[in-house]
Amino acid sequence: MDGDLNNSILFSARLSLQVAWVATAFIIVTGVPAAYFLARKDFKGKELIDIIFTLPLVLPPTVTGYYLIVIFGRNGLIGKMIYDRTGFTIMFTWYAAVLASFVVALPLMVKTARAAIESVDRNLINASYTLGHGEIETALRVILPLAKKGIIAGIVLSFARAMGEFGATLMLAGNIPGKTDTMPLAIYSLAISDEWTQAHTMVILLTIMSGLFLYIANIYTKRSI
Amino acid sequence: MMGLSVSLKKKVKGFTLDAAWEIGDELAVLFGYSGSGKSLTLQMIAGLIRPDDGMIRLDSKTYFDNSAGIDDPPQLRAFGYVFQDLALFPHMTVFRNIIFGAPEIPKDEKVSRAKEMIEAFKLTGLEDRYPSEISGGQKQRAAFARALIRQPDALLLDEPFSALDHPLRLEMRGFLQEVRKRFAIPVILVTHDFDEASFLADKIIVYSHGKVAQVGSLKEVMNQPSSAEVQMLADTKKV
Repeated sequence: MDGDLNNSILFSARLSLQVAWVATAFIIVTGVPAAYFLARKDFKGKELIDIIFTLPLVLPPTVTGYYLIVIFGRNGLIGKMIYDRTGFTIMFTWYAAVLASFVVALPLMVKTARAAIESVDRNLINASYTLGHGEIETALRVILPLAKKGIIAGIVLSFARAMGEFGATLMLAGNIPGKTDTMPLAIYSLAISDEWTQAHTMVILLTIMSGLFLYIANIYTKRSI
Repeated sequence: MMGLSVSLKKKVKGFTLDAAWEIGDELAVLFGYSGSGKSLTLQMIAGLIRPDDGMIRLDSKTYFDNSAGIDDPPQLRAFGYVFQDLALFPHMTVFRNIIFGAPEIPKDEKVSRAKEMIEAFKLTGLEDRYPSEISGGQKQRAAFARALIRQPDALLLDEPFSALDHPLRLEMRGFLQEVRKRFAIPVILVTHDFDEASFLADKIIVYSHGKVAQVGSLKEVMNQPSSAEVQMLADTKKV
């Protein structure tokens, strides 16, 4: 019994890390370019896009999860197309946990990175152009390096948020032991079934993991000025 | 036709710039009160701000011609630009700042040319320092080296000495004359310091409320000012 429990704690811990890393990887790949465009470009509907990106930050995660079901569920707008063609549905898989964490944590990345990119000195960007560098070169060698602190902060916040994701994950991925029960979900299950000792263990483990991650991130941010 | 010729029209909030002038291989000073459109002119020449109408031509190349639909981006215009705050990249060493100014040159040549610039601009020993670790005068020289490494066809200077204290400013005047000798290209210097203008200028272009009030040599501007305002500008520094 003890061995089983240890196994399930270990499983949840590993799943949580896996979901958070994968979600964060997608967040970096999409969030940094999105932040760049929102910070540097003027286009129609820009503020609308910003609002859509920000909404998951203020909506209850269950509502975000509800929208995700409407879009990606087996009968959802996109989910049905995928299911009809391939027989695959993302619902109740660990991919769903990644998707939920991605959507909920993305605003933290976009907001933080956008602010950092907007605060890069206009003259430094202009200097890069007058020195013969085009836009991509300037973005990669001047703007992003100078916004690095804000971007790292965004990554840290997104990862931490993804690790702690609960509501949207519950809606989309369910809480299936040994399959989709990340640490927050496992803790919830343990608490409602009165298994306080095990819940304690997991709460402490999650807290230490998050704290350790923030500590590493702080060291890195301080070193890289 | 060699040299730089511009005609620029630009409306910004409550201000209209409408100026045209040309210079040859000489040092021209854009002179006038703050807010008369001097810096705006420089930024439009470099391609950082788009004029509403007009034309910008350097030697035989046209960089901007509104009626012909020509508007080259700043990276394709062969100007060296020194900003008022110098705009050295804080995350790059002096060496990397300078080398950043020569993107289209092959790597080996880039390095050897950067070494030449470092020696010529008396920056030897400072290659691995960051801009925050060098003095004001050294920063000036690094900014000039960075702007000149790719051998631009003209040099645009937006009040680069305004933040320096007086003795250093005098030193930088001498330095700028050396630069002129080494790189025989047109130089446009924006300043509102008449002393500086009179010391350096081959030609003075006086700006007033977004228009060119007078173009001429120092003597002409001082002895035959075209208006009461030009006279006042010149008189303030005449001792």
